[in-house]
Amino acid sequence: METSRDDFIIAIRSAFLQKGAAQRFSLLVLIIISVILLSLDFYKAKPLNIFRSISKDIIYRGSFIISLPFKSLDRGYKTVKTHFTFYDDYQNLKNELYILKAQQSEIEFLKMQNKELKIVISDVLHTNIKNIIAKVILDKQSPFLKSIILNKGTNSNLKKGMAVLHKKNMVGRIVEVNYLSSRVLLINDLNSKIPVKIQPSGENAIMSGEGNNLASLDFLPKLSTIEEENIVFTSGSDGVFDDGIPIGKITEIEEKFYVEFFSDLNQINFVTVINNKKEDN
Amino acid sequence: MISFNRNLYYFLLSLFPIFLLFFLVLLDFDYSFHSKKLVTFNLTYVVIYYWVLKKPEILGYGLVFFAGVINDVVTGLPMGISSIDYLILCGIASYFRNITLRPSLINDWIAFVPTIFIIHSIHYSILNGFFAFELNYYYLILSSIFTITIYPVAGFIFNFISDFITPKKI
Repeated sequence: METSRDDFIIAIRSAFLQKGAAQRFSLLVLIIISVILLSLDFYKAKPLNIFRSISKDIIYRGSFIISLPFKSLDRGYKTVKTHFTFYDDYQNLKNELYILKAQQSEIEFLKMQNKELKIVISDVLHTNIKNIIAKVILDKQSPFLKSIILNKGTNSNLKKGMAVLHKKNMVGRIVEVNYLSSRVLLINDLNSKIPVKIQPSGENAIMSGEGNNLASLDFLPKLSTIEEENIVFTSGSDGVFDDGIPIGKITEIEEKFYVEFFSDLNQINFVTVINNKKEDN
Repeated sequence: MISFNRNLYYFLLSLFPIFLLFFLVLLDFDYSFHSKKLVTFNLTYVVIYYWVLKKPEILGYGLVFFAGVINDVVTGLPMGISSIDYLILCGIASYFRNITLRPSLINDWIAFVPTIFIIHSIHYSILNGFFAFELNYYYLILSSIFTITIYPVAGFIFNFISDFITPKKI
């Protein structure tokens, strides 16, 4: 018994403490360095921010270059696939255009009315805000993390917390900014929580990402009157995002309400970042 | 000249695990093989475990640490978490190498089962406990199962490659 315990200790010591065959570092030393790195990340050590930002910029660019051939292959596959569904797509778009044209005049009227009302309440119009267009250089969507990397960072005045839009629909917020790149946490990520307003009922709720193409709604009123096809907007109650940015529509699955996003989060190539932050003086 | 060409051939072949590892971490391939949210596995773990177990002289711990840092940056995780996962994986692989008298793919595979659950538990505990990161536990379990399932297939291919690598020629 004593001997087997000694053997175990010797094997463990040999594995973690000794450098071993042709190894320059011992495992224990490297694990300690990793823990230090992790602690620095945990405590957000400021002196290391510049180093961290530069290293992240370099790694993102490297990853982008390596992923180029795979992206080309993927694009080629999608191009071929769209050719096969060309006629069906054409018919669907024709029908959609017919419906949209019918709604156009109504939208024009509502826009005009909305503009007048916003002036009355002295609200800031989104159109007056200087927005930033950015390209998605990396799309890191896995079952665990839903985020994208943009090709703009502090060099384009991007800041943490800014809302990110795709075709005028909310798709995420900036969570990390480097000098030349930034990371966007998508609204379907498990860690994404956004205060929303549901129209036409006007009810407020917190939208939480589910890791798939839907988001759940928390803190809805007990006697909620929301229905399928209701529209979900940002409420702006957190003071981080502007209010009224469209997110998606309500869909009911197994007697529970979810938000179905307007934008396909897997097909984002360019985004608009809303620059609503005040300049630091 | 023939000797030089042969040495170069062996040298390039011995770089295969390093290239594969960095290729996987830079492309975030560990979690990317997922179709309809069912199949998700971590090929990086398989690569590290296999090569540290079989030919530790090829895959240095320093490189594994560096690969972990890159993986963290690419996936957006706190810097250092993947390095800890990978290095503990190296430690366990090294431990099994020390205690195994007759190594075989089946033995390695059996040892890989608790290893992957230990690594994922550490990963989940650190992210959830210290960084309040929400991770989908269901996918993590699925990832563990599929990573374990894929090991014999990957191990068979790596065995084939490993036979071509002669350490004396490095």
